[in-house]
Amino acid sequence: MSEVAEHAHPNNAENDANPNQDAAIELSHVSYRYNGENSSGVDIPEWKVNYADRVFLHGHSGSGKTTLLNLLAGVLTPKSGTLSLLGKPFSALSARQKDKFRAQHIGVVFQQFNLIPYLSVLKNIELATYFAKAGKTNVSDAASKLLLGLNLPASILQQPAHSLSVGQQQRVAIARALINKPEILLVDEPTSALDAAARDAFMTILIDMCKQHKITLIFVSHDMYLKKFFETSVEMCSLKQSSLKQPAETK
Amino acid sequence: MLVSLAWSSLGSRKKSVVLTFLSLLISISVLLSVEHIRQQAKESFNRTISDVDLIVGAPSGQLNLLLYSVFRMGSPTSNIKYESYEALQESKLVEWAIPISLGDSHRGFRVMGTNGNYFQHFKFGNKQALSFQNGQAFASLFEAVIGADVAKELGYQVGDHVVISHGIGNTSFTNHDNTPFTITGILSATGTPVDKTVHVSLNAIEAIHLSASKQNQLLDDANSVNTTPESVTAVMLGLTSKFATFKLQRDINNYKTDRLMAILPGVALTELWQMMGTVENLLRVISILVLISSLFGLSTMLLASMQQRKNEIAVLRVLGAGPGVIFTLVLVEALILVLLAIVSAIGLLSITLTLSSDWLAAQYGLFLSPNLLTLETLKVVSVITIAAIVTSAIPAFEAYKNALHSSLSAV
Repeated sequence: MSEVAEHAHPNNAENDANPNQDAAIELSHVSYRYNGENSSGVDIPEWKVNYADRVFLHGHSGSGKTTLLNLLAGVLTPKSGTLSLLGKPFSALSARQKDKFRAQHIGVVFQQFNLIPYLSVLKNIELATYFAKAGKTNVSDAASKLLLGLNLPASILQQPAHSLSVGQQQRVAIARALINKPEILLVDEPTSALDAAARDAFMTILIDMCKQHKITLIFVSHDMYLKKFFETSVEMCSLKQSSLKQPAETK
Repeated sequence: MLVSLAWSSLGSRKKSVVLTFLSLLISISVLLSVEHIRQQAKESFNRTISDVDLIVGAPSGQLNLLLYSVFRMGSPTSNIKYESYEALQESKLVEWAIPISLGDSHRGFRVMGTNGNYFQHFKFGNKQALSFQNGQAFASLFEAVIGADVAKELGYQVGDHVVISHGIGNTSFTNHDNTPFTITGILSATGTPVDKTVHVSLNAIEAIHLSASKQNQLLDDANSVNTTPESVTAVMLGLTSKFATFKLQRDINNYKTDRLMAILPGVALTELWQMMGTVENLLRVISILVLISSLFGLSTMLLASMQQRKNEIAVLRVLGAGPGVIFTLVLVEALILVLLAIVSAIGLLSITLTLSSDWLAAQYGLFLSPNLLTLETLKVVSVITIAAIVTSAIPAFEAYKNALHSSLSAV
């Protein structure tokens, strides 16, 4: 208990009453299907990710990695089952509550197009705090600290996002994802547009940042090379396979 | 934050945004100017005559009488006896009476016979009396007072000699070459038909219709020929009490010794304005259609941008912006453009009106105020804004749908 309490973030204190507090992410009998398509979709009978775990989620394309990520981010809602984040029944929240929860507790980094190109780096980061209604007075200071940690000069804050290299953009995306001190970070193939050197640098920084801020990281990629950066690795199929072992629990 | 985001988003699509802005600017300017000119023209129209309670002339239509006596348009059907004018002036109910005699012209400008009462009692605009920019009223037979436009266009100055012809056309066959007039005064500009009138005495009108030999005789000795007027075209009356207007009008219409008709200028002006309502409404309809088409242009521009903004919307969604926020964002973009266009249109029109007010007054007798900030404009502006919100709801709803279905890295 006490160990978990240390893990828990201060703004998450209300969740401590939950018996499953050691799980940052908990899925139970979650299923999702796209309309009109029988093949794609996900069925996950059970999956737990503990606080501050860093999970490498891999699988071939079409295995439902991105769908799972969308479910975790609350952009998609499971057709059945429950999905709890930080001890809260996330899937039962209203769309508005999900948007607010996502803004405050979840950071997301995409494959590419993470930033709004015509806004400055600072404006991009400020948007995140605006929607989280964090009421931060000095985003600029916090942002330049984060950027420094990501090996980016603070001077790029005023540059428009489209003038940055892809590697820089991805790092700014991390800074933006972290600005609200989220408990969960969802990352989808962030290195696919980077060369080998940039990719390794990016991965090292990402893992460091998550360690430092005790963030639960879900990292999705099909690139098995990246597996070496993680202690935990989960294959998409294995999540689904478990449904075969317990057919009674699937829908 | 949303406004600043919308502003930056517009800034990232400068070309199409500027073109849309220009189209909005033009259409809003057209609508505002039509509305403004309509208002002002009506005012300008109503300022041609002021403080005149009744106009008396020979029986015809009230519009006809109004047109020829006030606007100097058309020809009088027949005249009334000079004795009738004298009778009117002697009435206890009448404070002053201005006789006018029309039918002649000078180089395209109407010549009007009247007497001193005219310069004393005739009022225009907001009860403004006539004033002289130069010289004074005519005192003797062959003297004339000209309006500001006449002086300006023909280059006349006080002391010049002019020839006044019989009839209304510019080149009348029977030019009264023998009756030269001296200009004794030039009136200040009024923005009414007075500016385009040559004023002479009633006796002078009689004189220019005399035979050439009698005119020569007159030129030698002004008293040798009787030039007492026999008739006048119309009489403008100012009454001692406004309450007497209808009684006097009835009495005049029932006058036994001469066939007379009295009209209330305000009522006749209103009737005239209603006749012009059709044209006015047509202009309004056209300008509204122009506005609607440019509003559709605005929503087309925003719709076309939706495809390229899918990523942008996905990013905003992930940051926690709900579909409602995305809807608002697109609406704010449209409103920024429309409001900017409205402000620019008002600015543009004010400048244009200020610069062209002299020309409009001289050319069309239109006195337009450059002040657009009236209640009427405010109404038009709010209608434009509401229409903009309605039309841009289409792309905003498209963005809303986009936002609902947007998912992470849906590449």
